[in-house]
Amino acid sequence: MGLKIIVLAKQVPDTRNVGKDAMNADGTINRAALPAIFNPEDLNALELALRIKDNNPGTTVSILTMGPARASEVIREGMYRGADNGYLLTDRAFAGADTLATSYALATAIKKIGGYDLIIGGRQAIDGDTAQVGPQVAEKLGLGQITYTEEVLSLENGKITVRRHIDGGIEVVEGTLPLVLTVNGSAAPCRPRNAKLVQKFKYATSKSEENPAKEKYAEQLKGKDYLEITEWSVADVDGDTKQCGLSGSPTKVKKIENIIFQAKESKTITGSDADVENLIIELLNNHTIG
Amino acid sequence: MANFYLDTPALKHHLNHPLMKRIVELKERNYRDKDEYDYAPMDFEDAMDSYDRVLEIIGEICGEIIAPNAEGVDHEGPVCANGRVTYASGTKANLEAVTKAGLMGVAMPRRFGGLNFPNVPYMMAADMVSRSDAGFENLWGLQDCAETLYEFGNEDQRMRYITRVCQGETMSMDLTEPDAGSDLQSVMLKATYNEEDGCWYLNGVKRFITNGDADIHLVLARSEEGTKDGRGLSMFIYDKRNGGVNVRRIENKMGIKGSPTCELVFKNAKAELCGDRKLGLIKYVMALMNGARLGIAAQSVGLSQAAYNEALSYAKDRKQFGKAIIEFPAVYEILSLMKAKLDASRSLLYETTRFVDMYKALDDIAKERKLTPEERQEQKLYSKLADSFTPLAKGLGSEFANQNAYDCIQVHGGSGFMKDYTCERLYRDARITSIYEGTTQLQVVAAIRYVTTGAYLAKIKEYETLEVSEDLKGLQKQLVEMAEKYAKAVEYVSEAKDQNLLDICARKMVEMAGYIIMAHLLLQDATQSPELFKTSAFVFVRYVRGEVEKNSSFISDFKVEDLANYVK
Repeated sequence: MGLKIIVLAKQVPDTRNVGKDAMNADGTINRAALPAIFNPEDLNALELALRIKDNNPGTTVSILTMGPARASEVIREGMYRGADNGYLLTDRAFAGADTLATSYALATAIKKIGGYDLIIGGRQAIDGDTAQVGPQVAEKLGLGQITYTEEVLSLENGKITVRRHIDGGIEVVEGTLPLVLTVNGSAAPCRPRNAKLVQKFKYATSKSEENPAKEKYAEQLKGKDYLEITEWSVADVDGDTKQCGLSGSPTKVKKIENIIFQAKESKTITGSDADVENLIIELLNNHTIG
Repeated sequence: MANFYLDTPALKHHLNHPLMKRIVELKERNYRDKDEYDYAPMDFEDAMDSYDRVLEIIGEICGEIIAPNAEGVDHEGPVCANGRVTYASGTKANLEAVTKAGLMGVAMPRRFGGLNFPNVPYMMAADMVSRSDAGFENLWGLQDCAETLYEFGNEDQRMRYITRVCQGETMSMDLTEPDAGSDLQSVMLKATYNEEDGCWYLNGVKRFITNGDADIHLVLARSEEGTKDGRGLSMFIYDKRNGGVNVRRIENKMGIKGSPTCELVFKNAKAELCGDRKLGLIKYVMALMNGARLGIAAQSVGLSQAAYNEALSYAKDRKQFGKAIIEFPAVYEILSLMKAKLDASRSLLYETTRFVDMYKALDDIAKERKLTPEERQEQKLYSKLADSFTPLAKGLGSEFANQNAYDCIQVHGGSGFMKDYTCERLYRDARITSIYEGTTQLQVVAAIRYVTTGAYLAKIKEYETLEVSEDLKGLQKQLVEMAEKYAKAVEYVSEAKDQNLLDICARKMVEMAGYIIMAHLLLQDATQSPELFKTSAFVFVRYVRGEVEKNSSFISDFKVEDLANYVK
């Protein structure tokens, strides 16, 4: 039997290739200098969802994202890989959200979508690195959650067994649907975009996105509903503006500092087993490795 | 994120050639698929946009998956056990990626699950895949065999087999035997028709079969008992699901080690006839080989690109005598020539591919309806051009790939001789390109008739009339003078009326024609996109001038009696 899966995805600045102009003088991110990409661990989440779809005919995978109109790109990228459709939450009132306001917005949208079996997101986004949104969404929906998911081992009769990647090892846990999963970067990488799907969905847009090509082909594209990305405002999801965006965000950024790591002292380590072991313990303890 | 399409703007330049409009119109039959398939283009711009997007996906898969896997695949290689082949782990990952991305059956019609792309974007994909891992290009590129199945199989066979290729099953073409290499007329693998079940059965041995444990094989076999030449050969389809073919061993090769080259034993292997009896070699394999040669031309260009990139990046990095070695004239001269040869062979590759696209699309239309007299004219013209350009693109392109791989190691110096750098793999991988699907010497045999009939010269004269930008006019004028020298050499050899003299001078003349053609193409490219091709145009024309001088000097006083000095 098919499942209904919602994948939470975020468009983020590509902080993995930071150049010298990545930060503005005031300490905020210079978004113009960093290309907007599909948050890497959300791609792992999408792959996990698509594999469930591969194994369970009739399953649908929807992408849910919050952001400006251009964040629809994340939804299209998902469709190019096998997602069925997408929802874009976009509204001025959503802007400036911290994790609490974000999870509130996402949770209201998920309620509106309804009928879900699994909500799957990446462990964390590379711009904020909080890893809070997934768990908060679960709390707001009153659902159980499994974090650090690496692989689904079995899924039947409303029960899911997954392997979690945790500090120092793995853990196999079982959960009951509906459920929220957050997926670790060590999970399977996402499949490539598919040539046919790219051609099929390239004109998919949300209503506030401008796309001259779509206007040009308006006549031919008429009736192709799969090219409509659902776009919702705060009102559309019956949201409370006080809990959205800046006004719903208790987190206030006081100051951002550029930190440059500097080696202050050098240490000599011999090739002896004891020295090497001590070094490994030290690096594990200060989380340089592991 | 490495992307081999986005980092090589020359590809997009060639994709946007004016002839594409006609090619796409023909290939898409005026966009009639658009109502039936949700991924079919609505018009020319839409189709071009799709090619661009799909090439970008392939570029990403090449840069992020296939290229990083290449070294591991080269070391690990495939293994053979119990008659079956297991690919290297990296090869499996590559195949999974290209299959998931829907890149099998790129040129096949949509009704079989293909993308219905023209050969131009398809060869661009081959160009990039080869740059990433030339050995993997063999496995992926064997989807070409589906083209032969499409051209000569019946609709039932197409539906049963091409659909499977589009879903990711691999193919092989089983031609060579221990005693039938360049001379395929000697093929002995026996095909016997069994009256009882109305099936064909194959018995014998094939050797040097690329991807010999493929799911679907095209097999050349002797169906006519008592015959000895090519007229007794037919083409068969063998489906691995039926069994009867085992892999006896995998060759231990110098290069393209990820691609299993197999010795196959056919023991009563059930097969079905593809097309008509007796046309196996003379019609079908000839068509198959032409397609495969174009593929090797693309593989050569991809390797040339890889060699150039490796050499360039090393030369920028490596410091000697207090500066990067790229700053020394002796080094940057090598690099510029590598780049010029790369650009020239790529221009020839896509010019040839456009010719192939034109005639193939018209051939295919001719299956549905009678062509108009104008279309028939067009078909004839491009078919002849494709036939005359394919051996140049394959023959000269593969020689350039080898030269570039050699120079790539030279730029690396001693380090290049070590196994630590990519260049040594490129050197080994490139070596086969001037051998398989017909050695360079056989490409010359295929090309020489266009030298003697004046076909190349006529095409060169046509290129001479094309407009080039002001600063390239001097080069164009030089090329006119070179063509005169070429014509003189051809005239000299033709007048001697001696087959051996012609044969011994053939390669020199084919080279002259090919180089001059490439140079003209580069002038056109440099006129369109000077930022990409102008320096290469200058470097290449100077190179060709030297080569034309050298070759015409070789020929100029070659007398029939001099042949005695060469006979062994």
